[in-house]
This record gives sequence, structure tokens and C-alpha cells, in this order.
Amino acid sequence: MKHKKYLVENVIHGVFLILGLITVGCVLLITVYLVMSGIPAIHKIGLFKFLFGETWASTAAEPAFGILPFILTSIYGTAGAILLGVPIGFLTAVYLAKIASPAVKNVVTSAVGLLAGIPSVVYGLVGMIVLVPAIRTCFNLPDGSSLLAAIVVLGVMILPSIIDVSITALEAVPKEYEDASLALGATPVETYFKVSVPAAKSGIAAAVVLGVGRAIGEATAVMMVSGNVPNMPSLFQSVRFLTTAVASEMSYSSGLQQQALFSIALVLFLFIMLINATLNFFLKRNKEE
Amino acid sequence: MPKNQIAGKRKFYIGLMKTLMAVSAVLTSALALFLVIYVLVKGLPNITWELLSTAPSYLSDRIGILPDILNTVYIILATLVFVIPLGVGAAIYLTEYAKNKRLVAAIEYAAETLSGIPSIIYGLVGMLFFCEFLNMQTSLLAGALTLVIMNLPTIMRTTQESLKTVPQSYREGAFGLGAGKWRVIRTVVLPGCVDGVITGCILTVGRILGESAALLFTAGVAHSLNGLFAGLGKSGATLTVALYFYAKEQGEFSVAFAIAAILILLTLLVNVLVALVGRYFKKRRSL
Repeated sequence: MKHKKYLVENVIHGVFLILGLITVGCVLLITVYLVMSGIPAIHKIGLFKFLFGETWASTAAEPAFGILPFILTSIYGTAGAILLGVPIGFLTAVYLAKIASPAVKNVVTSAVGLLAGIPSVVYGLVGMIVLVPAIRTCFNLPDGSSLLAAIVVLGVMILPSIIDVSITALEAVPKEYEDASLALGATPVETYFKVSVPAAKSGIAAAVVLGVGRAIGEATAVMMVSGNVPNMPSLFQSVRFLTTAVASEMSYSSGLQQQALFSIALVLFLFIMLINATLNFFLKRNKEE
Repeated sequence: MPKNQIAGKRKFYIGLMKTLMAVSAVLTSALALFLVIYVLVKGLPNITWELLSTAPSYLSDRIGILPDILNTVYIILATLVFVIPLGVGAAIYLTEYAKNKRLVAAIEYAAETLSGIPSIIYGLVGMLFFCEFLNMQTSLLAGALTLVIMNLPTIMRTTQESLKTVPQSYREGAFGLGAGKWRVIRTVVLPGCVDGVITGCILTVGRILGESAALLFTAGVAHSLNGLFAGLGKSGATLTVALYFYAKEQGEFSVAFAIAAILILLTLLVNVLVALVGRYFKKRRSL
């Protein structure tokens, strides 16, 4: 009787252990598949030619597989989105965490939650119909689908992540710090920006890094507004990102072309892992503080 | 020193920061409001009963989104069936069983990594693993399984958070009465994490509704009308994927906006539900 009970307990323990290890298994699966399918093309094309080649002509008679345009577009696009989204998100977060009355906070927080929930295709659709024509007429271009349009869309899309994480960090600042600053004669606004914000800097850095991750990984919305032409990046030209390079040719590719797409995904994955590691570094430091 | 003698430079700084904060907060809210209203105004008039209740037909030159609605429902059901046991189980292992700190750290790091991976990469790996390696072809089931991996961290996190609120004394009381570990989990721990599971499910549904990149190569883009089990084996577009195709490939913007309006309404519903569930369980707990 007792023996049987131990057996059952042990079996159940084993089942839960397996369930617990599933996430680790998934990460390994994804890593192994991306590395296995990404290496062959890099090997055939040559690492240097692949990463630093300036032309991508996958379907030409003499195909060229250089992904430097995609890498640079992804970096510029993300940097642009951060330049646009971080100041707005950061200031909104300070306002919500420190100044807003409960009613106002409630309303604005719901709005932010809504921004986070809107599907990326809807951002893409509105970008296509409103933003792209606006850019075309404003800057007198033949086509408004451009890096600029993608930057604006991404800048809006990363707002919720930045605001959420920054608010959490700002609200965790010990009240004593602020009280001390107020008692020394600083006004509330000065206290928030010169005491609370520096005290929450790791958390705010984490928010920015999270925004970088979101922006660099977005595919669908960017696909709809960036024009999807493998140019070297320039603000008013159609461009192609790492994500959209994979998405746009996947459905009809084969052979070396398809393998090259897997290699692009591998490069994107390495970027993401790097960003994740940075994010974890800041989150850990935030916890320690 | 009286309060009104703050130096001009400081006054300017305070005023400037206040203005910038107000402008940012208003801008953020206005953007959300604009997106919702714009999409609803452009989309709602295009929603007709015919659009909602028929399949697309080239013969009668008609676009219907009933198959896409059904595909979305199927994929949500299939994903939840797999992700709930896996996610809840993983959360229970972490909070109730795991003793090895390194293992816990590894599992949590893996979950964080999963939530940071972009959906296009899930789509690619899902295509390679489920569609090609496991030979499922491009099917709703392959799409659902891809979404299971994607949403595992969400269910895990919400369940874990609600498990942490189950008082330790409940567990100790049950152990003291002679219950085994499994019995304690079944009768004390599991009922305590219902709110976390429900919140996780709603969030997962919201994420599936918005997902496109992960489904393009795993679930495909077909618009045929199928029952639940036949449908899972076949390729099919969800509402979001259908929106993408109608807008990007076919230029059917009226249909695209109609779908967008439906998605926005569902997003609103998801947000309201999450808030309501949170409030309901918080109230019940404090009783």
C-alpha cells in the first residue's frame, strides 16, 4: 500500500518534471533547427560575402546573396523607432507613474493596453492607407512606402512595451528617496526627473531594450509599409528588413535561395539572443537595486 | 525662503518637463483613440451579413469571411487544448516541485527567451519541424502547435503568479492531515490557480487573434469551409492572415477594413475581460 503510493507520487513528479523542461526543449529545438538549416547556405556563399555583400538578387541568372542591406535596414529602422518611441513612452510613463490622478491614469493606461492589443496587421493596414500617402505628398515622392513609414509604425508599436516596463520600474522607487529630495527643497517635477528616474535607470534601460527586441522582430506591419525592395537603407526609399526578407520570398523559394532565407533567420535569431541577454542583464540589475 | 522665489531657470525646467509629459501622454492616448475610431469608421459599414456568413466564391464574385472566422475559432481551440496542460504543468513544477535552483533558473530563462523570439522565427521553425519533419503539411494543426510554443510562457507566467498567492499554510494544513503531494496539488493548489489560467487563456486568445507572421507558413492561406476536425488537417487562413492577404496581395481594402474592425472589437473585448477577471478574483480573494 505504502509502496504503491510512493510509486504514484514518483511517476507524477516525473510527469511534472517533463512538463517543466518543455520550455527548455522548445528553445533547444528552435536553436538547433535554425543553426542546422542556416549554416549550409552561409557555407556555400561564404560568411563574408553573405554578411557584407551589398546586393541581394536571389532570382537573377547569376544570383547574389548579400544581406548587408537587410542588416543595416533593420538596425536603422530599429534605431529610428527607438528615437521616436522612447522619449514619448518615457515621458508618458513618468507622467502616469508619478503625476496623473487615478482617473486619468486609468484612462491612459487603458489606451496603452489597447495599443498593445491591436494586431500588427491593423497597424500595417492603417499605415498603408494613411501614413504612406501622407509621406508621399509631404515629401513629394513617387512612392511613400519607405524606411520612414516603417520607423513611424514601429515607433508607435513599441510604445506600450516601453511605457509598461518603465512604469513598473518607476513605481518601485522607494518613497524615502523622493521624500528626502522634497524635504531638501526640490519641487515634485525636479524630484521625479533627478531622483526617481536615475533610481529606476536599470528598469528604464530594460524597457528600451525590450522595445529594440519588439522593433527588430516585427514582420507583418513593416512588410505592409516599407515597400519591400532590397535597397541599401535610405529614409525615403523602399527598403527590406531582415524579417521581411524571410517572409517575402519564403512561399516561392527553393534550393540555395531558400537556404539563404534560413541563414537570414539565423542572423535575426542571433540579434534577438544578444538583445535578450542585454535585457536580462538590466532586469537582474534592476532587481538587485 | 518663501515658495515663490524659485529661480527662473528652475521654473523654466519644471514648466518644460510638465508640458512635455502632458504632450506625450495626450499623444499616446490620441493615437490609440485615432486607430480605434478610424478603423471602426472605415470598417463597420463594410460588415454585412453576407460577408460574415459565406465563403468566398469566384463564380459569383463574392468575398465572404466565414471560413476565416471558423479557422480562427479552430486554431484558438486547438492551441488552448495543448497549451493549458503544458503551461499549467510547467508552472506547478516550478512552484511546487523544483528544488534545484539552477534548473529553475534554466527553465525561467528559457521561458523568457521564448517570449522574446519574434513570430516570424516561430513560423519558420514551425514550418520546418511540424509541417516538414512531422509531415503535417501546411495545416491548422501545425499552426496551432506553433502557437502553443509561442504562448507557453504566457500561461506559465500567469499561472505561476496566481500560485504564489495560494497561502503556504493551506498546503501545510493539507500535508499535516496526511495528504500526499499529488493530492495537495489536486485539491488545494490547482483550485487556487484558476484565475491565473483564465487570465492566461484570455491573453493567449488575444495574441492568437493578432498573429500573422507565425501562421503564414504553418497554417497557410486557404479559404475553404470545413468542420473542426477536417479543418485542423487542412490549410486555412485566420482572420488576421486573411486581412493581410486582402490588403497586401489583392488590394481589397473594404474587406480588409471590415476584418480590421472585427479584430479591433475583439481586442477591446479581450482587454475588458482581462480587467474584469482580475477585479473579480481580487474581490473574491479579499473576502
